Amino acid sequence: MTILSGSMVKGRRVDWGGVILYLFLSCFAILMVAPLVYLVSTAFKPLEELFLFPPRFFVINPTLKNFNDLLMITSASTVPFSRYIFNSLFITIASVSLGVVISAMAAYPLSKHQMPFRKQIFSMIILALMFAPAVTQIPQYLVITKLGLMNTYWAMIVPGLAAPVFLFLTKQFLDQIPDALLEAAKIDGAREWVIFWRIVMPMLKPALSTVVLLSFISTWNDPGPAMLFTTSESMKTLPYALSTISGGTGVIAQAGAGAAAALLTVIPSIVMFVISQRMVLETMAHSGIKD
Amino acid sequence: MSEISVETKTSERVRPLRADSKLKGLWTDIVRNRVSYYFLAPFMILFLVFTIIPVLTAFGLSFTYFNILEPPKWIGLSNYRLLFIDDDIFLTALGNTLKFAVVTGPVGYAMAFLLAWLISQIPQKYRFFYTLCYYTPSIASGVAMTVVWQYLFSGDRYGLLNYWLLKLGLINEPWQWLEDVNTILPIIMIVSLWMSMGIGFLAFLAGLQNVPRDMYEAGAIDGVKYRWQELWYITVPAVKPQLLFGAVMQVVGALNVFSVSVELAGMPSPLYAGHTILTHLHDYAFIRFEMGYASAIAVVLFCMMVGLNRFIFKWLGNKE
Repeated sequence: MTILSGSMVKGRRVDWGGVILYLFLSCFAILMVAPLVYLVSTAFKPLEELFLFPPRFFVINPTLKNFNDLLMITSASTVPFSRYIFNSLFITIASVSLGVVISAMAAYPLSKHQMPFRKQIFSMIILALMFAPAVTQIPQYLVITKLGLMNTYWAMIVPGLAAPVFLFLTKQFLDQIPDALLEAAKIDGAREWVIFWRIVMPMLKPALSTVVLLSFISTWNDPGPAMLFTTSESMKTLPYALSTISGGTGVIAQAGAGAAAALLTVIPSIVMFVISQRMVLETMAHSGIKD
Repeated sequence: MSEISVETKTSERVRPLRADSKLKGLWTDIVRNRVSYYFLAPFMILFLVFTIIPVLTAFGLSFTYFNILEPPKWIGLSNYRLLFIDDDIFLTALGNTLKFAVVTGPVGYAMAFLLAWLISQIPQKYRFFYTLCYYTPSIASGVAMTVVWQYLFSGDRYGLLNYWLLKLGLINEPWQWLEDVNTILPIIMIVSLWMSMGIGFLAFLAGLQNVPRDMYEAGAIDGVKYRWQELWYITVPAVKPQLLFGAVMQVVGALNVFSVSVELAGMPSPLYAGHTILTHLHDYAFIRFEMGYASAIAVVLFCMMVGLNRFIFKWLGNKE
């Protein structure tokens, strides 16, 4: 049937379909991962290997010098590299934790309560799914300046909190949880707030870890807010600072340090995905847009 | 407080019918459900301030001349007239974005579905490895990966691609991949395709894993013989909701190309070869501070995204 049996050899015959399938999947996997492997390899290359001709893919004598350089280069400038890491970490953690609670709080009544305008609010969310936040950049910039939030952490946290995708995923997941459980709690006299924290939140765990992952990736990787809402060097985040370290096309002096910084930026997202992947897939099964 | 509302809920469910006017009934309904609105409030307030109002403001500003220092001045449609008739660079950007979207949109979407389907064919224990391999590029920071791309496509003979092509004798002298007008856009497309196994891919993967087994058994009884028949008549209809979600995400992503272009080709790119609608918007909004004109660009982009998605809804959505 659809799922192949574990081994590629059925009885005495070789299952050629299976062999081709695995071969294709593996070749493609290598193609997809190669740039990342190259990044890892470059981050550990000593100077003489970086400019070796012919260029080599893998590192021969790995060294940690690039990571050291990264700290040295930036400690000489006005803002140490650790400051960018702190900014990125702080903004990401704040955005993720607030974003998760806000989406869960909004998803609960949209999924389980019958109040007026419920349908209208949800179709507005669907409409908002259809365009990228980038189109609202200009007025957002104006709002942030008017509110006097330029160069504050608020400016980089608050605009991204009400993301329609997160609310959508949480709501779709919540839809398939039976109402009976919540009704039982209501009969026992639990208040809505208690129901939300004690019953809904624990049941939402897979959806919430998905939101955590997606919101982590988007906040951690996005240089946008730092680019738009800050003018001061000390408020920059990792991805924004990164574009200045590697220095753009043709600047080779800091190639090693750039790769080291890039590697440090990429690793957290991958770790997050490895940790949460099972729950993410559980949530995504309900991610469809029905009707 | 909320206990009362819970208790009265059942008894009041009938009341709106007896209410004098519909409006009054609606109001009591709203008051009765106020707890639901409290839950919604934080999201809705932020959503209003940072999404709804900005969208409306962008529409409004697009009819004005606004440079931030002076108050906006109403100039009617002239931003749009300028945009579509006189701004050659915008037309280049529009063309680039469309070319980019036409290629990466469908190809990325098909690739995501195909790979997810192939992964769902192999035993559970091997799936995670391949999922990780395919998904990781999309979560690797685009800015960070520039380090690799700039080396791979470097214009001198030290560039990996040039080195191999020279060695194989396919080219005689190093090619300026990121400076040549002909290769900038294709490279942006390739890099974007590499990063395209995003949220849609995960949705497909999860959807495909959860197609009930008995549907295939029923299909076999009904005479489904080949695997592609199974795919077309059973699998695809079963994951249609996910397909729709993935398509919406793909359209947004395909029209939203910005950072890859800026990181690889610079801003502005040589002869605007990698210029997209978003880079144009960014140029006018945050470099020249012509907010009115930039808003018009944003409105055009907004209409493209929503229009295309509406079309996809009509096409993929339930027709019943």
